[in-house]
Amino acid sequence: MREISYSEAIREAMCEEMRRDPTVFLMGEDVGVFGGVWGVSHDMLAEFGEERVRDTPISEIAIIGAGLGAAMMGMRPIAEIMFGDFLMCAGDQIVNQVAKARFMSGGKAQVPLTIRVTTGAPGSAAAQHSQSPESWFMNIPGLKIVVPATPADAKGLLKTAIRGEDPVIFLEHKMLYGEVGPVPEDENFVVPFGQANIIREGKDVTIVGVSIMVKKALQAADVLAKEGIEAEVIDVRTLVPLDRETLIRSVAKTNHVIIAHEAHKRAGPGAEIAAMLAEDAVEYLDGPIVRVAAKNVPLPYSPVLENYVLPNVNDIVEAAKSFWPGKA
Amino acid sequence: MISPPETIPPIDIGGLHRDLLLEMYYRMLLAREFEEKLYYLFLTRPMPGTMHQATGQEAVAVGVVSALQPGDYITSTHRGHAHCIAKGVPVNEMMAEMFAKRTGSCHGMGGSMHLCDFSRGMLGAFAIVGAGIPIAVGAALSAYVQRSGKVAVAFFGDGAINKGAFHEAANMATLWKLPVIFVCENNQYALSMTVERSSAVTNLASRAVAYGMPGIQVDGNDVTAVYRSALNAVERARSGQGPTLLECITYRIRGHARFESSHYRPAEEVETWKKTDPIQRLRQALIENQLTSEAELASIEDRVEEEMEQAVAFAEQSEDVQPDDYLPYITMEINHATT
Repeated sequence: MREISYSEAIREAMCEEMRRDPTVFLMGEDVGVFGGVWGVSHDMLAEFGEERVRDTPISEIAIIGAGLGAAMMGMRPIAEIMFGDFLMCAGDQIVNQVAKARFMSGGKAQVPLTIRVTTGAPGSAAAQHSQSPESWFMNIPGLKIVVPATPADAKGLLKTAIRGEDPVIFLEHKMLYGEVGPVPEDENFVVPFGQANIIREGKDVTIVGVSIMVKKALQAADVLAKEGIEAEVIDVRTLVPLDRETLIRSVAKTNHVIIAHEAHKRAGPGAEIAAMLAEDAVEYLDGPIVRVAAKNVPLPYSPVLENYVLPNVNDIVEAAKSFWPGKA
Repeated sequence: MISPPETIPPIDIGGLHRDLLLEMYYRMLLAREFEEKLYYLFLTRPMPGTMHQATGQEAVAVGVVSALQPGDYITSTHRGHAHCIAKGVPVNEMMAEMFAKRTGSCHGMGGSMHLCDFSRGMLGAFAIVGAGIPIAVGAALSAYVQRSGKVAVAFFGDGAINKGAFHEAANMATLWKLPVIFVCENNQYALSMTVERSSAVTNLASRAVAYGMPGIQVDGNDVTAVYRSALNAVERARSGQGPTLLECITYRIRGHARFESSHYRPAEEVETWKKTDPIQRLRQALIENQLTSEAELASIEDRVEEEMEQAVAFAEQSEDVQPDDYLPYITMEINHATT
């Protein structure tokens, strides 16, 4: 299969959906002439024109609010928010309006709105351009939270988001944009929500990865294999809906679980997954549920400090080894 | 004390069709009586939630919506009953929604502050102040892109104009020349805060200058004046010239919400404004211009009363919302884990 980057996969998903459905359009800050600050929408303006690739003012409330209004009136907007941190500028629209429009209207409002946003620390971007906002919104019923970790999933999950009838927050990790991998060219290739992906099978410990931590979990699994520990790596793909069955089945097999994400540890996505496993799978567990996550401090500017705060491959390795203290 | 104009100009009905004027009278009265009936119901029996009355402001909703086509869009606020009634949302369904019944406008899921009726272009009451403004801009964007010829109206209050949502929406809509009308229903109070105490510039229409759109101030208690101003704004929007900010000067006769005592304003202020009541002014103009008779107006008033009785009966006889009802409403594509 041909290989393309995570960034190109996202672009391809948008272009394919815009070609097949005239109601799909992209709007956001610098998505047109500039091609997106991460280059994801490069040259889309040339193909689709200003009406469908809309450069907006720096107005996150209006981007999301207008996205909602257009979505309810038969369009399928892709609203891009440049950094996950900026979602808070549109907090009311996302939390009180987008998430609840369908509910409050007794199902009369349909909101096929995809909010594309970057997440994660790209390196010394400091405290306002590095956050992982997924769990901020997991507590809000009505939103779907999608965290692609591979180029193929980025394409397939985004197409599911655009074709779906519900609002989606689609979190693109900045440090994954350059990742290259096999991506199907079939324009009807989609990846359904709520189906976690067992990327690597193993019998000793389950590592549940979110976004970029899937990649780090795979690297950790390589290290652990050399030490005789067979890790099973699961990419959650979507936090809402969460594929509980796959996670529970894996834990039933391995009896040990680590949850790895780049969001802060306190009340991060791992807290929800851990609570779910504690409620529904505690009988399978031979040890504590361990979370490997960013420390509970704002993301720092200093490379030394950032490195210290963010979770890394070694943290996962050490967490896994802690289950068997006797082992070397 | 906030005073109405010293001399209240008579309503100018020149050129307006009798049927239109009588329809406006009926709609305003229906909105007034809907809320009066609710006020009575809240006093006499257990009712869920609360309500925000637009008593005295009916001419804004009815005047603006009378300038729209049935397919046009509006967004409303927490004080939205009159907007709904102006747009033709059936009062039976509205009343059932107030009672949290399955037959309600939102199947009992929204209540007073979240009424909507997509089949009539009523896209929702958004009860976070100012939130409906960018949403109306989005509806206007869809109309523009779909070349549907529709326009969108955002109703909001003098409180909402101080929100960032207004600024972002006004700039974006003017920049893109979208078919939207921003209707600022200046009822003088954001809960207890007067315009003077909350806005650095109290001529709210003048803010339009900052966005390069027309800003029009109109007597919001004169339904014909509101209607004429709205017609111009709608015409402008529909012909691709972009938005207008229409500030309708009115007065909130009741408190912010039910049972709120309004201790922050003198009673005589309220009494003075009651003399500008938009329904009475139109009634008087209709009689003085010999466009109708007392008998005909009485029959309209009887009809409104009858509709209210029917609406309450309909609501009473409808089924209560049950616990499982919410399941299909969280997201369209139901997933075990989303519930």
